[in-house]
Amino acid sequence: MSTTSTPLKDTGVGKKAAGPVEWLDDRIGLAGLVRKNIRKVFPDHWSFLLGEIALWSFVVLLLTGTFLTFWFQPSMAEVPYDGSYDPLRGLEMSQAYASTLNISFDIRGGLLVRQIHHWAAALFMAAIIAHMLRVFFTGAYRKPRELNWLIGIGLFAIGLIEGFAGYSLPDDLLSGTGLRFVDGLIRSIPVVGTYIEFFVFGGEFPGELIIARLYMAHIFLLPGLLLGLIAAHMVLLVYHKHTQWPGPGRTEKNVVGYPMLPVYAAKAGGFFFVVFGFTTLMAATLQINPIWAYGPYNPSEVTAGSQPDWYMGWVEGAVRIMPNWEFTIGPQTISLNVFIPAVLLMGILFTVLAIWPFFESWVTGDKKEHHLLQRPRNAPTRTAFGVAGMTFYGVCWIAGGNDIIALKFNLDIFTITWMARVLVFVGPVIAFIVTRRICISLQRKDNDAILHGYETGIIVRSAEGSYAEAHAPLPPEKAFALTARPRVPELTAPVSEDENGVANPDGRKARLRAWAKRFFYAHDVDKPTRFEVEDAAHHFHDDVYPPHDFPDDFSGVSETGVPKQH
Amino acid sequence: MRFLSTHRRHPLAGYAVLLFGLLLAAALYAAFAPGKADADTATNDPAKIEEGRELFLVGCASCHGMNAEGIMTVAGGNYGPSLVGVGAAAVDFQVGTGRMPMAQSAPQAIRKEPVYTDEETDALAAYIASLGPGPAVPDEEYTDVSEISQEELTRGGEFFRTNCTACHNSVGAGGALPSGRFAPSLQGVSEKHLYEAMLTGPQQMPVFSDDVISPEDKRAIIAYIKNVQNQPQAGFGGGGLGPVVDGMFAWIIGIGGLVAVAVWLAAHGARVKKKRS
Repeated sequence: MSTTSTPLKDTGVGKKAAGPVEWLDDRIGLAGLVRKNIRKVFPDHWSFLLGEIALWSFVVLLLTGTFLTFWFQPSMAEVPYDGSYDPLRGLEMSQAYASTLNISFDIRGGLLVRQIHHWAAALFMAAIIAHMLRVFFTGAYRKPRELNWLIGIGLFAIGLIEGFAGYSLPDDLLSGTGLRFVDGLIRSIPVVGTYIEFFVFGGEFPGELIIARLYMAHIFLLPGLLLGLIAAHMVLLVYHKHTQWPGPGRTEKNVVGYPMLPVYAAKAGGFFFVVFGFTTLMAATLQINPIWAYGPYNPSEVTAGSQPDWYMGWVEGAVRIMPNWEFTIGPQTISLNVFIPAVLLMGILFTVLAIWPFFESWVTGDKKEHHLLQRPRNAPTRTAFGVAGMTFYGVCWIAGGNDIIALKFNLDIFTITWMARVLVFVGPVIAFIVTRRICISLQRKDNDAILHGYETGIIVRSAEGSYAEAHAPLPPEKAFALTARPRVPELTAPVSEDENGVANPDGRKARLRAWAKRFFYAHDVDKPTRFEVEDAAHHFHDDVYPPHDFPDDFSGVSETGVPKQH
Repeated sequence: MRFLSTHRRHPLAGYAVLLFGLLLAAALYAAFAPGKADADTATNDPAKIEEGRELFLVGCASCHGMNAEGIMTVAGGNYGPSLVGVGAAAVDFQVGTGRMPMAQSAPQAIRKEPVYTDEETDALAAYIASLGPGPAVPDEEYTDVSEISQEELTRGGEFFRTNCTACHNSVGAGGALPSGRFAPSLQGVSEKHLYEAMLTGPQQMPVFSDDVISPEDKRAIIAYIKNVQNQPQAGFGGGGLGPVVDGMFAWIIGIGGLVAVAVWLAAHGARVKKKRS
């Protein structure tokens, strides 16, 4: 940074702006807050931008959604359609559907904005999940960020409902079928299900109220909640400061990156326009939810390939693979076939997600603050749990599209369903084992690179005629980053009795916790000790690794023999 | 050619070659894949019936029996069903869309290039029609949808959504049925074959006789199918298969594309200096 620049207040602009700025500061006193945050530092990594995709697609949703409210009519009153789409003209349909058709065909730019809105919604949910997975696999939810993790789970859950409400508003055949699905889901709740259904729909499905009610939720209640939670999410992010990857100069007590102004404001602001532009490009070139092709909702009609939007696809799939377990107790029908896969499973997903940070800290006994991220390989058991969860979700998700898969790949839909029924249990277990072993192998590979250097790709022939691949020591920054992780904690046996021989009253709990901790850290490969590193450096030019002097900027050769560049 | 040789070790070179190869293969296939033909109506001409019988004995009798009486399997199943009384419409549909003769045993006969010419199909239809009364190939007045009225088009849509979309999907993209069977795509199926399918109920399809859906309403349905399939798409439509495809695009194109931008954005900080000379 140059130290000879003119102070802002002495520049031309500064002199002119001084009066109004002072006036404003005297009244709202933001100068202190701005001064403190204007140089706020954010670290750079592509994965830190996943949450930003969600944030910016939410902004796109607010903008386009406002546009759509100008013409959308949330009414289930029946009107004959007289717009410009021939195949439906003269048909009786709800005002909601007719006005959505009008937005699509008779409002200038309406179809484009509708498609931007829908794509942005699909991206919003996808980005939330991608962001959540990033936070999970890097351990970014650890102390002090557990509360922000919970807020994120809240955003995820509300986003699901918000997306579903929007999907249902046009009152086309597809959204009506989706509503019927949720109607069944509500009714499957034992004892109170039918009462809740009558409360939600104002009587028997579909009634005449649900669109207006969903509209209120979709444009007011849920976006309000989302907005509030996003604000809290961001405030906590600023308060905690962003996490960062370990590296030279990066510790648990600092943040290394670029300041808010001018760099990060430009980057983040620019990214907003990229997200908006990209969504618009998708909306202009890819059709989404062609409601005119589905026709108006009519409870007696249905179309093949009726699916929810992707983020509800896994619930759909869970219901599709569930065996038909249903029985009656007296006048009550207990629909386990819907209740378990839909209501219970969704509850379990969000409960597990919410509990995880606290559960992990209970298992590891780790109460320290963490601002440095972990590479997924350095927490093998957590990563394995995460991948197992993703596998479970993925199998359910695939099952939700079983008919499309059967049709497009010429498969038997029953075979797919049965495969999913088996894989939903077996898949996560296999994924867990395989992922953990991969993580552990990667830890070994890191250690190997630290101790023995990396493979340069250069094959050297010795005087005796033997061949060996030359290794080169890792650059110090890289070696630092690889070793900047805490040691694997010592695993101690649980205390079963104190020094006086009195049995520990929490003996069972302590044993359980010790077992869980052992499981969590089992087979974890610790980083090399200082002695090992020094010893390895000393022996680096031994005969195992043919001596070879490389230039400083050398970083190996690729498979095709071309020197790699950083 | 300097460009190619200097970039042959580029990281994307392998992908470029792969893409080129795929495009070339696709182009060759598109150039050499044979075109389509269409069938015509059958008659009662005895010479034609005889011609059809001879074709039948060569191409169909091995499964359907020498007199089209059908063949049972040892286990009592149906090796090839009896064709007595299925009518000319069924033959015209099955043979005209290439479903018969089947290339192999399968849960369901699939649409392919017809083996028989239009005249041969007519002859086969005439022979089968001579075995017993059955639905005839429809008159052109019921398969010509060019003069359809607005009211009929809308009514055809209601019939289509009530009776057809549950299996064939809202734009006729097709749908899956149990045990490897499926409701085929209606894309590119001729008006006559759509009519015959409703009339004869081939394979898994129910029969919609003229008592259930009148010939005029059948024509309205066909008009709706043709109209919907010829509507301009609001961008690439993904085959009209609905939200599953949308979700795939959201993840692969949407998140994939934005992550690519994010990687670029994070790698190009304000102070990142290019090392390369």
